[in-house]
Amino acid sequence: MASYSANARPTGWLGRKLPSVSVLPALIGLLLLVVLYSVTIGRYGLSVGDVTYILIDNIHPLVTPYWEPVQEVVVEQVRLPRIMAAVIVGFGLSISGAALQALFRNPLVDPGIIGVTSGAGFGGTLAILLGLQGYSLLTMAFLFGMASVFLVKLLSTVRGRTSMLTLVLAGVVISAFFSAAISIAKLLADPFQKLPAITYWLMGSIASSNYLDVLLLAVAVVPSTVAIYFLRFQINIMSLGEEKAWALGTKVVLVQWIILVASALISAGVVATSGIIGWVGLVIPHVARALVGADHQRLLPVSGVLGAIYLLMVDNLARTVTTAEIPLGIITALIGVPIFAVILRRLHAKGGWSSD
Amino acid sequence: MIEASDLTIARGGKTILTNYSLRLPRGRTLAVLGANGVGKTTLISALIGVIKPKSGRLQIGGRIGFVPQLFEVPFSYSALDIALMGRARHLGLFGTPGRRDYEIVRHYFHALDIEDFEPRTFNTLSGGQRQLVMIAQALASECELLVLDEPCAALDYKNQDKVLSLLEHLREKHDMTIVFSTHMPQHAVEIASDVLLMTSGSSYVCGPTATALSAKNLTALYDLPIERADFDRLSKHTYAPVFRHDRGHFDG
Repeated sequence: MASYSANARPTGWLGRKLPSVSVLPALIGLLLLVVLYSVTIGRYGLSVGDVTYILIDNIHPLVTPYWEPVQEVVVEQVRLPRIMAAVIVGFGLSISGAALQALFRNPLVDPGIIGVTSGAGFGGTLAILLGLQGYSLLTMAFLFGMASVFLVKLLSTVRGRTSMLTLVLAGVVISAFFSAAISIAKLLADPFQKLPAITYWLMGSIASSNYLDVLLLAVAVVPSTVAIYFLRFQINIMSLGEEKAWALGTKVVLVQWIILVASALISAGVVATSGIIGWVGLVIPHVARALVGADHQRLLPVSGVLGAIYLLMVDNLARTVTTAEIPLGIITALIGVPIFAVILRRLHAKGGWSSD
Repeated sequence: MIEASDLTIARGGKTILTNYSLRLPRGRTLAVLGANGVGKTTLISALIGVIKPKSGRLQIGGRIGFVPQLFEVPFSYSALDIALMGRARHLGLFGTPGRRDYEIVRHYFHALDIEDFEPRTFNTLSGGQRQLVMIAQALASECELLVLDEPCAALDYKNQDKVLSLLEHLREKHDMTIVFSTHMPQHAVEIASDVLLMTSGSSYVCGPTATALSAKNLTALYDLPIERADFDRLSKHTYAPVFRHDRGHFDG
């Protein structure tokens, strides 16, 4: 029985691989184009050519610099770190959203479900309330985010086993608790200085991102998404349910832990640097699923790149539509909610969660 | 192949089964029968290692393949995606299926005559078709013991016949050991060498089908008169319930 016939069709194997090969590079190409375009837009009008020369000049001077120093500063110190932040945030949230939806076997799950978002939100709020700024704020948000996840995990683990349903409920409970705590912090905050600071920070923005923010984001997001990507086949199996995953020989607890910790790292890093940006991790995996199907081997990278493109576009809107910045979280919600409503209706029409 | 002695199994802190012992040598087929809620699925969960027995000894020789009760997946995987998951054991934590894994899965799709399902969405397949895909998944794991939780539930007669014939074939030609649960004594009569009749959490009858599967034991099992019916022309027999039609107590 262990033998297999020679007439198996390797062409089919290649044929199956083909769609993933074509969708992903197309999206990566699109992402590069959007990045280049994003550098050109803003109050300082620059052409794609200018931007390309300015950027390439760092590696190898092609032409003698014909641009003003201020243009170089705008491109390299103002726009580029912000663009990189948008790309990393979108990438991380979407991959973590896709992985968590599989882990919880629920297509309506968002990275915030594990309590990390509101935990980190409270950490940041508390930091602002205490008059902390910069890296102290980042650290506080990050630590509270991670702490809330461990609290959720602790609440939902009975006799060494974690029930995924209880984990979602524990996440809701912890989120509600920290939301209340944020309200109390707002109530206590000085209404002219700190309250607006807290409110704007919570709405989510990457407007003031510098390279150190980008570094912190990358440190949180890159290893976590790599870990999730390595588990891509196990994630397929986890989405069948714990019992079936056990029976198939998956190290269920280990895989759960890696995905939870990785997702917590991503969300804590995102909230710490950029505030609360909702709906991306919920909606983008659905769009990716419509493109390449449910198999996480293809879904995870496609979700990530799609999320990066999406958040970069949203951030472009945030900084160019009006003279004042619109907080990112507001736009992601404004766009995400209608898409979500459509998804909900499609799921309902199909009579279940069997979304594509 | 399966050696269990004095098994006590608890689920969610509640003891479901006490002092169950059973022995099933390689190449035999065991049918598990019992009323709803008596603990068939709990026993199967223990056999496949999802639940650790509270006490007693459980020894399984050989790799286990598991075919769960009919289910839907929350995402639209193709039948091929689902069957490929059977290869998990051979791939390790960070592994992904490669050419050889696809070839093995395709071999079983060919053997079960379900090649057409390959690109189709698992959830859109009929119950019988999904059951065959799940059996392909279990076979792709290259198991020696196949455990099936109500493989014929929700299947029409023709599909029941197909699944039962397949199980018989796997045992005969590939020396597999098979455990399946069912609500139809007929399935045990047709293909099981041994039966386990679970009367309650602490009492059971286990033995060769010829002796253990009797009208008397089944009557005790289902708390309903069960009669044996012989088809002389086919030299076959079956067991049929004598339904009581007791409508009186609904008016209360």
